[in-house]
Amino acid sequence: MESLSQFYAVYGSLINFIGINAILALSLYVTLSAGQLSLGNAAFAGIGAYASGILTMRFNMPYPVSIAAGAGLSAITALVIGMPVLRMRGIFLAMATLAFGEVVRIAAVNMDITGGAQGLVGIPNKTTTYIIYGVLAATTYFLSILRGSKIGWSLASIREDETAAMVMGINTSYYKTLAFVLGAFIAGIAGAIYAHLNFIVTPGEFGFYAAVQLLIYNIVGGRQSVYGPILGAFILTALPEVLRGAGVTAGSLRLGVNGLILLLVILYLPNGLIFIFNRKVGGNAGRSGGEVQSEV
Amino acid sequence: MAVLLQQLINGFFIGSVYGLFAVGYTLVFGVLDILNLAHAAIFTLGGLTALWLTTAAGLSIWIAFPLAALFSGTLGLVLDRVAFAPLRRRADSNLSGLISSIAMAIIFESVALGIFGARTVRFPEGIFLNRVWRFESVIVTSLQVEIVLTALGLMLALTAFVRYTRTGKAIRAVAESERTARLLGINVDGVIALTFFVSSALGGVAGILYGLYFDALAPDMGRSIELKGLAVIILGGMGSIPGAILGGIAFGLSEVLTVALTGTSNLCDAVSFTVLFVILIVRPSGLLGRGRVREA
Repeated sequence: MESLSQFYAVYGSLINFIGINAILALSLYVTLSAGQLSLGNAAFAGIGAYASGILTMRFNMPYPVSIAAGAGLSAITALVIGMPVLRMRGIFLAMATLAFGEVVRIAAVNMDITGGAQGLVGIPNKTTTYIIYGVLAATTYFLSILRGSKIGWSLASIREDETAAMVMGINTSYYKTLAFVLGAFIAGIAGAIYAHLNFIVTPGEFGFYAAVQLLIYNIVGGRQSVYGPILGAFILTALPEVLRGAGVTAGSLRLGVNGLILLLVILYLPNGLIFIFNRKVGGNAGRSGGEVQSEV
Repeated sequence: MAVLLQQLINGFFIGSVYGLFAVGYTLVFGVLDILNLAHAAIFTLGGLTALWLTTAAGLSIWIAFPLAALFSGTLGLVLDRVAFAPLRRRADSNLSGLISSIAMAIIFESVALGIFGARTVRFPEGIFLNRVWRFESVIVTSLQVEIVLTALGLMLALTAFVRYTRTGKAIRAVAESERTARLLGINVDGVIALTFFVSSALGGVAGILYGLYFDALAPDMGRSIELKGLAVIILGGMGSIPGAILGGIAFGLSEVLTVALTGTSNLCDAVSFTVLFVILIVRPSGLLGRGRVREA
């Protein structure tokens, strides 16, 4: 027990960040499972983080209310921008969500209530490791249920071939919006609990590179299975610490290793690292690993 | 009035650099339908290489300039070989190409960091003669004129090359349909490699001009222009070279005009990205784009 608490004392914040990044990665997983490449999920996390932080600090709202309101605001924003934006496909959707994310970031820099470029400072620290992993477990459970449901299969059919799905009588715009809003909701929760963990949120944390990072988690881990994004977030968040432990201290080298892993995975393991595990364990390898590569 | 005129001139100069950067972006997108997110990293490396050649190797800028452009083009060839060619036959080559270009961008950036360090560097003073001309109260420097002439000259040369030469026709044929081009006996892989070479060389030149204009080079300078480049090619229509040129100048002008009209520099990106968002929704093919929206 002694050594365990010592381990937590050293690596506690790393463990917390792995959990939050995993939830964020899952938020993008939902959107990707419908074949929609969104680069706006970091911005949705930002909306959740700012909204809940402001509610806690200015209006003394209790923690659960702030979190729920932050996530709710993200979801509502997603609903509003989702309707026009989701008519676009592929790269164009990615660009539109990217532009949306930039507008959110710049708005956060320029508004008074968000604390401008310095960010929102002094958010009370109410998030614990248990809360993070509770949310992660609940999200994972919910998404794995969703996957086998009618909604899950509808999303998969849209991912494989949107036109065919439409012909089969699936209301594609309804399901695409649903996936988009659900992803924004999960991102909003993650952002809100992050705000109450980190004491401060700044606009730069939710920009383009944060959005790309979420995509990387999904690709490295594997976007065919719920556990893939979690694995990706775990490996890539822990990697800098592992490299530090292994004696690699130069920041540039650590960055390079990051890029190299991503390159090797996309070239040789297009289904992600989770595919290795699935193959060995057997289990649902047939379903998750063997799926035809989808066109996003 | 004089202030406004001065702002318009400045906007035109910086806009021509944006245009040059975006032309390389749009060329690759037009031919391969792939967004090459490593373009910004090549832009950075081009600028830093020119700097290294003028300082460490002690060459004159007039020799360093073409050498750095060639080096950038060679990086483009490497990029094509390593990150894009292996993925070409995959069904989802759009998304996986995007990811592997992100991976290469991270690797390039880590190389730049490792070699040049994280600090901001500048070209040594007096490597070229910088005259200042005054017309009434409007100031134009010879550096600005050289930059705009280089940028516009290269862009016009590229337009003519793609439109009138045999190789240019081959590039357009591959852009139209890779399969048909192959059947017609066009060396498709060669054409794609050439496209990457040209695109990256132009990106590198844009990096040098940018570094000269702002008198500052840093390993993360590509980040500031990456999103602007994307905005420019969407504004002009993805895949359209004249569109990218006009889009770049329009973008540069809108930036300085927003600053001139609002009095603060905070909002210029917000205006740009809001315009971008609206264009994507109203007219996703851009101002000069092909009539139909490519389903990337």
